[in-house]
Amino acid sequence: MSPEDGSKLLESDAASVSFKETELTLGLPGESRGLALIEKTSGKRGFSETVDLNLGRSSNVDSDHKKYSGESETDVQNMAKPPAAKAQVVGWPPVRAYRKNAMKGCKYVKVAVDGAPYLRKADLEMYNSYQQLLNALQDMFSCSNFTIRNYLNERAVTSQEVNNGVEYVPIYEDKDGDWMMLGDVPWKMFVESCKRLRLMKSSEAIGFAPRTPSKCSSSN
Amino acid sequence: MITNKKPRSSDTDSIYMKDDRTEMSEDDDRSPSPNSITHDSRPTRTYTTGSGPGTGPGSSSVPEYLAPCPDQVLENVLENVLLFLTSRKDRNAASLVCRSWYRVEALTRSDLFIGNCYAVSPKRATSRFTRIRSVTLKGRPRFADFNLMPPNWGAHLAPWVSAMALTYPWLEKVHLKRMSVTDDDLALLAESFSGFKELVLVCCDGFGTSGLAIVASRCRQLKVLDLIESEVSDDDVDWISYFPDTGTCLESLIFDCVECPIDFDALERLVANSPSLKKLRLNRHVSMGQLHRLMAQAPRLTHLGTGSFSPSEDVGQGEQGPDYVSAFAACKSIVCLSGFREIIPDYLPAINPVCANLTSLNFSYANVSAEHLKPIISNCHKLQIFWVLDSICDEGLQAVAATCKELRELRVFPFEAREDIEGPVSEVGLQAVSEGCRKLQSILYFCQRMTNAAVVAMSKNCPDLVVFRLCIMGRHRPDHVTGEPMDEGFGAIVMNCKKLTRLAVSGLLTDRAFAYIGKYGKIVRTLSVAFAGDSDMGLKYVLEGCPRLQKLEIRDSPFGDAALLSGLHHYYNMRFLWMSACNLSNQGCQQIAQALPRLVVEVIKHEDNLDMDENVDTLYMYRSLEGPRDDVPRFVSIL
Repeated sequence: MSPEDGSKLLESDAASVSFKETELTLGLPGESRGLALIEKTSGKRGFSETVDLNLGRSSNVDSDHKKYSGESETDVQNMAKPPAAKAQVVGWPPVRAYRKNAMKGCKYVKVAVDGAPYLRKADLEMYNSYQQLLNALQDMFSCSNFTIRNYLNERAVTSQEVNNGVEYVPIYEDKDGDWMMLGDVPWKMFVESCKRLRLMKSSEAIGFAPRTPSKCSSSN
Repeated sequence: MITNKKPRSSDTDSIYMKDDRTEMSEDDDRSPSPNSITHDSRPTRTYTTGSGPGTGPGSSSVPEYLAPCPDQVLENVLENVLLFLTSRKDRNAASLVCRSWYRVEALTRSDLFIGNCYAVSPKRATSRFTRIRSVTLKGRPRFADFNLMPPNWGAHLAPWVSAMALTYPWLEKVHLKRMSVTDDDLALLAESFSGFKELVLVCCDGFGTSGLAIVASRCRQLKVLDLIESEVSDDDVDWISYFPDTGTCLESLIFDCVECPIDFDALERLVANSPSLKKLRLNRHVSMGQLHRLMAQAPRLTHLGTGSFSPSEDVGQGEQGPDYVSAFAACKSIVCLSGFREIIPDYLPAINPVCANLTSLNFSYANVSAEHLKPIISNCHKLQIFWVLDSICDEGLQAVAATCKELRELRVFPFEAREDIEGPVSEVGLQAVSEGCRKLQSILYFCQRMTNAAVVAMSKNCPDLVVFRLCIMGRHRPDHVTGEPMDEGFGAIVMNCKKLTRLAVSGLLTDRAFAYIGKYGKIVRTLSVAFAGDSDMGLKYVLEGCPRLQKLEIRDSPFGDAALLSGLHHYYNMRFLWMSACNLSNQGCQQIAQALPRLVVEVIKHEDNLDMDENVDTLYMYRSLEGPRDDVPRFVSIL
């Protein structure tokens, strides 16, 4: 689950005011309706059943069960927090667990490796960072001897058999059809715009300079 | 003399006075289509008739000639007439005419619909209706789907299948929704009904692939096995291979919700051996290459669920792969497409050959953009049902509006079901759809922002709306342009859409919205409310104003005991009332329970909060002939 949700609960007052204005209105202007509502409906339960719900990550009845029974602990915690907090609520929005589970694993792209005869498929939703993706690609093509030049850290991700390692550079085709280097944009933005991946041999990566923010057209 | 006694209780008939529809996603009053009902055209009794003195050998079971009294003749005639009544409403009305009609109707009813499995006991139902061929049972309330109820609440199939095993040896069809079904139940079902033809499980759980294997192997007459949004446990049993090798009568096999991998060779053999197969919905473990092979075996399919719609791991680079376009072109009968579970959008154009004939398209698991959608949807002129993800954005909806003039049902699901994001669809998409799809009858629309203007526009442009479900995912969110509550929009819907029977509201709503619903929503039967209203008045307006209200589900709204009490006059006419995280107290609920003895009033507590205190977490109450059920879990108390 992204860390963004957790951090919202700890917003400063200033941030939460502007957040309130732009996002949530708990009542008509001038009313303290939202607060009143919380007081009324809070007995043992808070107004929002504040479980940090892993929307899109929950996958089975057991975890649902835990979520449900785990409510009151986080209730107590969150009743002390400002009511404007965007806490997740059980069962809201009303999308069935089945559908939420099906949505995870929904961003498949083809992965091509120069010189290998086969394409593979990778689900970008399975990873949370470039590093995880690169590790997975490494695993996926572990039968080949190669290393992927990791432009993020200037550190090469090496495979087990490194003797005759050929270095590859990971690039991706974005929504506009341009080939870009991995690592320049935030991970989520990358997931959204990536249409396909290619591991290009370093020797061919002439047109791509490391850490170039501007777009390069494909050398093919 | 014609007897004119009234039957025992009109309560019983209101239990059976249910909504009817061949699909289970909505309830409405439409009669089932004729081909979904099996008629028993044999006379159900042999009466002696006044055919003349003396009877020939074998003409009837009674050796002597008995002059039939007029009552018997009437009943005999009545039977042959009532056989043709298919609508539940009509049948329930007929059963109230007099005792004779009641009896004959019970004998001639072949479809049993129980909208709430706890409203009547299996024994009572099977005693009254003795010649049932088809049973529909619904269990858990809908809000249970959203984790608002602990697991193991109830709705067990077991007592029903036991009773039916004894009384309905000729049972052919079982349709279940939100029931708990075990493998043992499935085994008993498979053993008890030799002519069993149709099993449809919607949103059910409790069973696994071993139960499916039993059904596959024992039900030799099986035509329909539809598993829809159900949870099926993986018992490591290759259930597909349990279908007989010699051939099946299968017409419909839907298993897209089954998350376990299947043996493809067994599936391919099954499809090859099932010449009547018209509906096939694969799960996501079937790759495109495999789909291609199956389509070659079954070119006469009308309904196809495409599985993953992406190639399996090893696809040659630069190779064309199988010719998917031709595969679709060969299946000229396809009118309904779904699946696309792991779609790689590059392959989408393969479906082009069937687009012109499509009446139903389900992209609701396909993360496709407007750009991917447009070339496809522009060919779908006949489309009537479209389910899609909001990843297509307002732009995609505009494309739908431009082409799909026959659209009856639209569902737009959120790719990301969260409250605090920008959201790709808005009032723009809704407005476009309202302008382009004038025949719209049913809409479910998830969005992050909305305006009253767009909702009002839809109320005016789409007068045929029967179902309007708008889910503005941010709680209490007002019209994002004017800052006003969404009262006027929903008000316009109930005012202008004269056929509206199902409504789900969201966004910032005051009591005024409910005043509108109470005033204009005279035929509303199902109402869904969340995070809405200001005071008890909101609920009062609805309970006092909506005489047809049958199903009311409310969460996180400030309605209290006074409001609850204002509905006393109506609760016997409802299937159920659900209220969670509202302002109810035990005392208020207790009053209801005392005032209405035929109501079962369940108070459901959180599992870790089992002390009796004044606040009621969740109230679920429903009319019933049986009183408190005997399978109550410890977190439920019945008042």
